[in-house]
Order: sequence, then structure tokens, then C-alpha cells
Amino acid sequence: MDKRGNVWVYIEQQDGKIADVSLELVCKGHELAQSLGVRTEGVLIGSGVAGLAGTLHEFGCDNVFLADDKALKHFTASPYQKVVVDLVREHRPNIFLFGATPVGRSLAPRVASALLAGLTADCTNLRIDDFEDKATKRVLKDKLMQIRPAFGGNIIATIANSWEDPQMVTVREGVVPLGTPTPGRTGQVSKVKVNLADVDLSVQIIERCRRPKKVDLKNAQIIVSGGYGVGSKEAFDLVYKLAETIGASVGASRAAVDAGWIDHDHQVGQTGVTVRPRCYIACGISGSVQHRAGMAESAKVIAINSDANAPIFSIADYGIVGDLRDVLPKMIAAYRARV
Amino acid sequence: MSLRIVVCAKQVPDTHNIKGDAMKPDGTVNRAALPAIFNPEDLNALELALSLRERFGGKVTVCTMGPPTAVEILRRSLYMGADLGILVTDRRFAGADTLATSYTLACAVRKQGEFDLILCGRQAIDGDTAQVGPQLAEKLDLPQVTYVEDVLDVKDGKVRVRNLIEDGYEIAEAKLPLLMTVVGSANTPRPPGAKRLMRYKKAVTRSELMARHKGRDYEDANVLTEEEERLRSRGLWIHEWNADDIGADLGRIGMAGSPTKVKEIESVVLARREYKQVPPTQDGVNGLIHDMIKEHILS
Repeated sequence: MDKRGNVWVYIEQQDGKIADVSLELVCKGHELAQSLGVRTEGVLIGSGVAGLAGTLHEFGCDNVFLADDKALKHFTASPYQKVVVDLVREHRPNIFLFGATPVGRSLAPRVASALLAGLTADCTNLRIDDFEDKATKRVLKDKLMQIRPAFGGNIIATIANSWEDPQMVTVREGVVPLGTPTPGRTGQVSKVKVNLADVDLSVQIIERCRRPKKVDLKNAQIIVSGGYGVGSKEAFDLVYKLAETIGASVGASRAAVDAGWIDHDHQVGQTGVTVRPRCYIACGISGSVQHRAGMAESAKVIAINSDANAPIFSIADYGIVGDLRDVLPKMIAAYRARV
Repeated sequence: MSLRIVVCAKQVPDTHNIKGDAMKPDGTVNRAALPAIFNPEDLNALELALSLRERFGGKVTVCTMGPPTAVEILRRSLYMGADLGILVTDRRFAGADTLATSYTLACAVRKQGEFDLILCGRQAIDGDTAQVGPQLAEKLDLPQVTYVEDVLDVKDGKVRVRNLIEDGYEIAEAKLPLLMTVVGSANTPRPPGAKRLMRYKKAVTRSELMARHKGRDYEDANVLTEEEERLRSRGLWIHEWNADDIGADLGRIGMAGSPTKVKEIESVVLARREYKQVPPTQDGVNGLIHDMIKEHILS
């Protein structure tokens, strides 16, 4: 059997700070690499970012490919693609993980397209298993099982790549828990010779404006979340009011975001944020697989829904079947009157 | 400067209205069981294209790959103001993942001729992958800017845009030709124009024209050709291309051209967990809040 390729993680950094999702994926990558008996390697691209390699080693990277060049200061698709594709062609990784951020979602598809590799978006779980390709009847050993809720959320699909490696996926921030770094753990740094001679550098970043996120749901201890059942933007004020009263952050289901009642920053679920609060209060949320994927690990779930058969009740610790426009004011009153 | 713009759009199942028979046993989508709509962010891409044409002149072509019924979104595009629609349809495209889809679209874009700008919606609501835009850019060897919210200017063969990043935005400048993906906050798509609707509801593809004449016997075999010519000259012809028309390599389209395979599909059966029923009364809610505070879940 061929020598197996390693597990790679694309390391996203902005202004010299590693994205949380990249560290989470280094931890997951390390776990996958150990089960396959291969190494974990990071791909770090930027300008003046060499100092970040130590952190990556401590979280589990055995090697960091470092492409450091002034022309790579900000992410633009064509030059970053060139660096990554050249590296893949030379070293042939087995698995390649990307954060499902705007950068990851812009870069990974180009890399996959150039390599003719399969790419699965927004995985909620990854594991190693054998896979029988129905078309060729061949059994492929130790492939990456790419698990994601699909289509309406009534199903969970397990996807595998039947073509040559790398097996590429994107994963949202917070889906994989961040492990603990091992202080003093060291590793290799492989400097990459950057050659952008044939690359289109015509996209120039003129100006960048970063604004801190308005909400930090990922680390919130108490979340009051509203769904389509809230019914209107006006009624959503009740969700805010309850949250304010009990000192909680405000979350939302996708349906509420799509309805325009609340900003996408607040979205909990597969294509939003994954949360692990002490208490999650779901108001008018039916509880699709995609939503549950983002909040099922909450310590206590309180569900309020007028439909007694809503799937959200199946993962609830406390359930109130009723109209939230009636129940939420009662909760606010109860909390205010607490002793 | 006048802009030749191609908008790539997708007809998608309305994911707000999903029923149980939405998936086939092989793991692909049973589109027949779902209402189909114009993918929302593709409408934003089309709106941006139309507003650019109004500002700078040019032509807007809308291209979609899909089943024959996807022609509906092309007619909708014509009602909104597009100049031309192209339906890329063939049973052999079925089962395509994003790699095979972007390859197919790239073949169609090449066939339609020169362009300055390709616009796609950021992502489609049925898969949310956001992969086809960047993959199409790579296939056409084009630079790209994703998550575009506004086009600030087009001048001297360059475009200046505002695009979203993880925690803010950028102003980027890029040379044409270029591919951009457009986010929902970019604009509000215009409704179909009433006059255009009256005019373009007559726009058809070859298959639709054939179906209209099915069962009729003509002495003159040129009747259909003449009618096609007549429709073309009035701008009522929607192009319909199959895999052969776009010169696609059959190994790179549909299921054969897709490296990702569905291993299994599990229906999600929720084990009903016992939960504590709280009556929706003030007393019930008081008890719940009391318990929460006692257990230090709320403070």
C-alpha cells in the first residue's frame, strides 16, 4: 500500500491572530491523524506570521508549512490558491480541513477545483471508516466520513470521496471543541518558497474595516433564542426583553434570520454558530436537525412552542406548550419577582 | 464602459417547505416533490447585473443548469430585464456535485462567448455550500471577489467593490474580467415588469416549441425552423444546450464527474427524551424560574 498522506489544516489568520476555528481543526486533525498513524500539518500563509507556528505546535501540529511573503499579507483568492495547490501537489496530503469562514469558503473550492478533489461543506462530524464505491465496487480503506445534515434537515448524510486524495472539507467555527494545548510541545517549520510569477495579482485590497462581532454566542452561558414561531419582528422584541431581563445573549434559528427579524450573527445551527451554554431557551423554534446541530450540547434546554409535537421538545429538559407571546411576559415577571 | 455580464443562477427547492419525500434512496434530491424557486441570492446577483447595465450599458445573460423546468427562472429573469437566457439541461448532468456543476457551467459560459463579469449568488439555499462560484472562477482561470455587497465603480477596465469579510468589510479593486459572488444584503431585487411579463411569457426553449407542435403534421418541414427564426428575431428565444452542445467531457459531468459520493443517508429518528412539562400559567412559569435559580442555571 502507498505511503499515506498526512492530515492538513489550513490555518487562517487575520493581522497575526489565528482564527479560533483553525485551532479547533488542528485539534480535530490531530485526532484523525493519530487514528491513521500519520502526521498533522498546518498550512500558514501571510506576511510576518512566522511567530504563530509555536502555538500551532502546542495545539497538535507536527509540522507547519509557512508561506510568508509581503504579497500574501491579505487574503486574495488567486495567489493563496497557487501557494496551497503547489504544496498539495508536492506533498500529497490525505485529508485537508478548512474553516467554513468567508476565507475558507472562497479558497477551499478553488483549491478543490484545481486539484479535481471532492469538497464537502459545513460538516458537523468527521470520522474514519471504510467506504465501498457503488460504481466501481471497490472498497476504499480508511476514508474520511464527512457527515452533515442535508436538505431540510430530516436526514444526516455521510459523504465520502471516491477519487484520489486529498479529501477536503469545511467545518464551521465551534463545531469541534477546542482542545487544551500542550505547553512546550514543539514541531517542525517548513518554509515554503513563494513563487507568484504566473499568478494573477490584479485583485487589490484598498481598505479594510474590521468591526468586532456584536454578539459572542459561542461563549455565552445563557441564550434566549427565537425562531419562526415568534411570528414577527415586533414579537421578537419579547425575545430580546427576556434575554435582557435574565442576562442572556440572543440567538435565532435560520428561519428567523431569513425572515429578516434578526441579523445572521445571531444564527445558531449548522450554518451559524455552535453553542454550548448552561441554559438554552428556545422560543418558537421547531428544532430542525440543522438547528439542533448547533445547540444540542447545551446543558439545559427550555423549549417554548405552541406545537406539542415540535422536534425541539425531544431534546428539551423543560417544555412549555403554549403561545410564547403569553409565556415570555410571564417568564419576565417570574424572574423579576424572584426571591 | 459597456459590460457583458453573465449571471449564473439556480432553481432550488424551497427549503422552507420541505416534506418527507424530499430525498431519493440514492441520497440525491427528489426535486419533483418540492416547490421550486429562484435561488434568493442569485436574484441579488441578477439585480446587481441589471443595475450595472443601467449605469454602464451592456448586456445581461442569465445561465442556469438544471432540469427543463428551470426555464421558469430564465423567464423570470427576462421579466426583470435580462437580455438573454440559457438553459443548460441534460439527463446526463444529473447527480452532479459542485465540481461537476462548475465544470458544466464553465463549458456553457465559454460557449456563450466573451464576457467582462460573471455574477453568482453567494450560495444556494438547498446546499449552502458557496462552492460553485469560486470553482467556476477557477475553471475559467478568473480572479474572484466573494461576498460582494456593492459595486462602487467601474472604470478603465477595473471594478471597485465592497465585500464582506468575517468581521467587517473590505474595499477591493480588481481588473476585468472577474467573477463575483453576491450576498443577500447587496440590494432588493426588482419585481417583474408588467410590460416585460406580457412580452416575455411567450419566450420559449426549443423543447417547449416542439412540445407545442407535438402531434401536428406539417406538409412543410420548415414550419418549426421558421417559427424559431421569428421568435429569435423578437428576442423570445431561450437557448437550450445539452452536454454535446457545450462540448462537455462526459467523464466530468453528472455523477461520473463528481468525486463526492453519498455513503449513506440516515433519517433522523429522535428518541423521545422525557422532559418536564411546565404548564403555560404564571404559577407554572414561576416554578420553572424558581428551579432554574435554585440549580444555579439562572442567577
